[in-house]
Amino acid sequence: MRIFLLLICCFVFSTAAAQQAPEIDQAEPVDDNAELSPLLLELTDANLRRMLSLVTEIEQAGGRMVLPLLTAMQDGALYYQADSRKLVERRESDGGRVTVSDVFSGVERNDVDPESLEQVRINNRLRAVLQATIARIRLLQGSDAERAQAAQIMLSNLDEENLVVLNEAIVNEQVPAVADMINVALAMNVLVTDAPQDERLAAVATLHGNLEGPVRNLLRSFMDELGRNEQDPEVRAAIESALASIERKVRFYELMEQAFYGLSLGSVLLLAAIGLAVTFGVMGVINMAHGEMLMLGAYTTYVVQLLMPEFINYSLWVAIPAAFMVSGLVGMFIQRFVIRYLNGRPLETLLATFGISLILQQAVRTIFSPLNRLVVSPDWMSGSWDINPVLSLTNNRLFILLFSIIVFVILLWILKKTSLGLQVRAVSQNRDMAKAMGIRTDWVDAMTFGLGSGIAGIAGVALSQLTNVGPNLGQDYIIDSFMVVVFGGVGNLWGTLVGAFSLGVANKFMEPATGAVLAKIITLVFIILFIQIRPKGLFPQKGRAAE
Amino acid sequence: MSQLADIWGELRRGSNTITLFVVVLFVATLVASLSNLLLPESSALHVSTYTITLLGKYLCYAMLALAVDVIWGYCGILSLGHGAFFALGGYAMGMYLMRQIGDRGVYGNPDLPDFMVFLNWDSLPWYWFGMDQFWFAMMIVALVPGLLALVFGWLAFRSRVTGVYLSIMTQALTYALMLAFFRNEMGFGGNNGLTDFKEIAGFDLSADNTRVGLFVVTAILLAAVFISSQLIMRSRLGRVLVSIRDSEARARFLGYRTDHFKVWLFVYSALIAALAGALYVPQVGIINPGEFSPVNSIEIVVWVAVGGRGTLYGAVVGAILVSYAKTRFTSLVPESWIFMLGALFVFVTIFLPKGLAGLLKQKRQGKDSDGDDARTARAAGEETA
Amino acid sequence: MRLNKMTTPDVSHKVILYIESLCVSFDGFKALNNLSLYINDGELRCLIGANGAGKTTLMDVITGKTRCDSGQVYFGQSVDLLRHDEAAIARLGVGRKFQKPTVFEALSVAENLELSLKTGKGVWFTLLAKLDSEQRDRIDAVLTTIGLAALRNRPAGVLSHGQKQWLEIGMLLVSDPRLMLIDEPVAGMTAQETEKTAELLTSLAGERTVVVVEHDMEFVRSIARTVTVLHQGSVLAEGTMDQIQSNPDVVEVYLGEEP
Repeated sequence: MRIFLLLICCFVFSTAAAQQAPEIDQAEPVDDNAELSPLLLELTDANLRRMLSLVTEIEQAGGRMVLPLLTAMQDGALYYQADSRKLVERRESDGGRVTVSDVFSGVERNDVDPESLEQVRINNRLRAVLQATIARIRLLQGSDAERAQAAQIMLSNLDEENLVVLNEAIVNEQVPAVADMINVALAMNVLVTDAPQDERLAAVATLHGNLEGPVRNLLRSFMDELGRNEQDPEVRAAIESALASIERKVRFYELMEQAFYGLSLGSVLLLAAIGLAVTFGVMGVINMAHGEMLMLGAYTTYVVQLLMPEFINYSLWVAIPAAFMVSGLVGMFIQRFVIRYLNGRPLETLLATFGISLILQQAVRTIFSPLNRLVVSPDWMSGSWDINPVLSLTNNRLFILLFSIIVFVILLWILKKTSLGLQVRAVSQNRDMAKAMGIRTDWVDAMTFGLGSGIAGIAGVALSQLTNVGPNLGQDYIIDSFMVVVFGGVGNLWGTLVGAFSLGVANKFMEPATGAVLAKIITLVFIILFIQIRPKGLFPQKGRAAE
Repeated sequence: MSQLADIWGELRRGSNTITLFVVVLFVATLVASLSNLLLPESSALHVSTYTITLLGKYLCYAMLALAVDVIWGYCGILSLGHGAFFALGGYAMGMYLMRQIGDRGVYGNPDLPDFMVFLNWDSLPWYWFGMDQFWFAMMIVALVPGLLALVFGWLAFRSRVTGVYLSIMTQALTYALMLAFFRNEMGFGGNNGLTDFKEIAGFDLSADNTRVGLFVVTAILLAAVFISSQLIMRSRLGRVLVSIRDSEARARFLGYRTDHFKVWLFVYSALIAALAGALYVPQVGIINPGEFSPVNSIEIVVWVAVGGRGTLYGAVVGAILVSYAKTRFTSLVPESWIFMLGALFVFVTIFLPKGLAGLLKQKRQGKDSDGDDARTARAAGEETA
Repeated sequence: MRLNKMTTPDVSHKVILYIESLCVSFDGFKALNNLSLYINDGELRCLIGANGAGKTTLMDVITGKTRCDSGQVYFGQSVDLLRHDEAAIARLGVGRKFQKPTVFEALSVAENLELSLKTGKGVWFTLLAKLDSEQRDRIDAVLTTIGLAALRNRPAGVLSHGQKQWLEIGMLLVSDPRLMLIDEPVAGMTAQETEKTAELLTSLAGERTVVVVEHDMEFVRSIARTVTVLHQGSVLAEGTMDQIQSNPDVVEVYLGEEP
């Protein structure tokens, strides 16, 4: 137990330390740039027409330096102080918190009243110009990633200006990935012009298997009678094959994405179910309030964020141990004051713990209101890992997948390597014998319950990053968790792992065809039928003790 | 003939409980009905139609509690999904009542219920056909829940799913049905369910006479179910059921196919629940997917636990008491009821495992015989599989 | 009354129970290892063996509780017991008493016997079943035999351990089986009760076949004509008590440990 906590703490601090590294955009002081300063001053009172040329002038004067300025402007986040006419960036977070910072250094400015600021106005025309300007700066002067991204953005907007920039860029481009992207853009352009057949065929070859959306749309339009409707049979055939290869790839990546969502659901099920598997496996009783342990974990996350609004990014590392403690203690309390008196009678325990779940739900409704509460995701959890234009994995799901496996490994380690684990296993195999060997079974029960509930609490922290936090959060998971345990086989954590992921993946693969509700129903029916064939689950506990 | 004589003999043997139960039920029903119909509303003794409906609702709950008691109290099968059979029976009745609305709905469509018009459906789904006939609808009331219980019970008991596994499976069953019935595509009114009923078998549902009539019919059917259950539990079949509860393996080694007995009882119990549901819907005037919610099913269990499982009258008393308490407390302090219900679960399982009936028995017997105490203790005991 | 059609096994070759090359394993552990055993009709046979020798597993297989990996179990010449479930095997006339006495504690002593009667066991049959006078007499007779006549209406749960053992034997008797499998009948009995049990079992042999598993050597000696010793899931030796006791293998693995 202690070791487990210690481990969690280590984990928390090591990762928190890794987060410390600042990632603020570095920029030289701009204010004393003689060429730029008057232009910036003019920005605050120029009319919209003047703005168009002003943006180009700023670009020429400042180059890459003015990127943050133009980006802020494009986002509508560029403001100026009414009195000094100095430019600042004003942004509002999801939670409604307003921050004002210096445009170029990104340093937060606490001395400025957000209410006193005036917005630099923009319109759609200006926004388009800004986008092109930003893209140009990035494509010619940006870092590798910026250049690739800029080229990618231009795919959907191959106007003359952009083509000029692209042709200019390809000459000096050294990085293959960026050059490829630019070549794709140029190939697209070749395809739409009246180039000779061999050039067009070469262009199609460049586009073969490319997953970019604009590429796909362009190629499709050549096959469409109402679109460009390619006449040249050879080019048409080439385009057709290129499209087919794209579609194949897209289907493959869509399957990958479904599998990922399935694994993500599986990781949530795993987190929710392993605690239940431990308590059910050891004590043979079901804690119907297990779902509420999840809920308590999620609400703990919420409360922790309320207590440390300035440090949302680190709040999860506090919430995880806090949720473990809160749910674990409540679980131990339930074991000591209710379950212990029911002497291992499983059905009565089920009823009593159901009563407790009602009380906990109502308590949360009374304390926090019946409405859902918003738990903010830290920055490093939001965003996604874009593998290609079709497949992107959201960070929160990735983290939770990883997290569930870490929790699983830690739990496995506790059960296999610690003395508590040894005693837990002994009690789950033969309670009377364990008692006769001098194991304090009621202590083991309490610790097991604490452990199982604590893990549920941690699962609640993870859930708070995926769904709304409300009083009914737990109810949605108790039946699913139990299905996982039944499917995997009681008393076998590996069974729970396999059960959780296979049910999760199966569910997500069914969803596109059947819809979420029907998929859930099919899963339930499947499990009811499954236990006909294997009443003890995928990995039954074997031997005479299991009888 | 000899069978009839036997049944009569059984009736007389068990006459104490049965007679007492039937007499109390009969008198209460008569008094309530007459004072509603005959006394003027100004009279202090007048029972309002609202109260009659409430009482009718309680009697339906009592019947539902009987259904759970026969399987849990006598055979140790804890079903957390009996609300499903209740709701299915209710839906079948609701479909009949929907069809009776005819063209009096908001949209005035003579062939389609309002919600189908709203969903732009052109014709009745196939499973709605025939539901305008009372006899057919009543057949469906029994058939669908009965078949579901048969299939589910056969699957579960044949593969020897017992204890908490079975309980959770039944809960999953009702949960799955709830999800299904929430879907508009199912053709049962989705979220809103079936409501706005006008008449049943030609009687105006809003009339006092109909209300009282439904109440009386419910009381009569409750008595019938009570008597038949009591007879079953006193027969050798009842003893086999108890033996399955106490040691299923032993019963098997005596040559009893325990799975057949359990399936039979499960279906019997489901039919009672379905009947209760069918009686419930015309009285409360609505049926929606909420009736499938697992919480409803588990509430039935707490009625039985409070009253005392393994005694039929205990289940009835428990259902009426807890439902009455719910009515009172939800109107006084709405938030407190959930707390009380939760506390009731914990309290009863820890301090009152035999329920009120057990308490009564203990009081009556005093200290005169340790033997019967042990017997009731066992009767209230749990199959420890 | 509906009686089971298959109540008489074909014992034309004098053997009522054939067990051939039976193997059962639990998770790699061989509980029964190629075990063969033949029990003659009307015999009283004792099975002995150390813990884990496979005695209870053998009974589990015969009565259909445990499935075997390979081997054959025949009841008489023609009935393959491996193809029947527990209930069917019981209806065929194979009765069993468990190691730990299991009676229906909430039912009265007489009701326990009533449920064990050799009669219809179907759902609808039991719903309408009534005791006829013959059955009543039979229950009375058994109650007298097992000495529980005075307690007939008391719940079985209040009986002492020894009384429960007796009641379970009574449940076997009343069901009129051809083959009785009795697991440790005298555990927890007083010397006097043990003696009475020995008497009863000996008197049963002849009209019924009785297989007894027992640890109590004195008891085994007092009832057995033939003793089979099981060791690690197979038959180690078979013969009279004297032959067994002088068998060097047996002395080494089992009796040698006895004082």
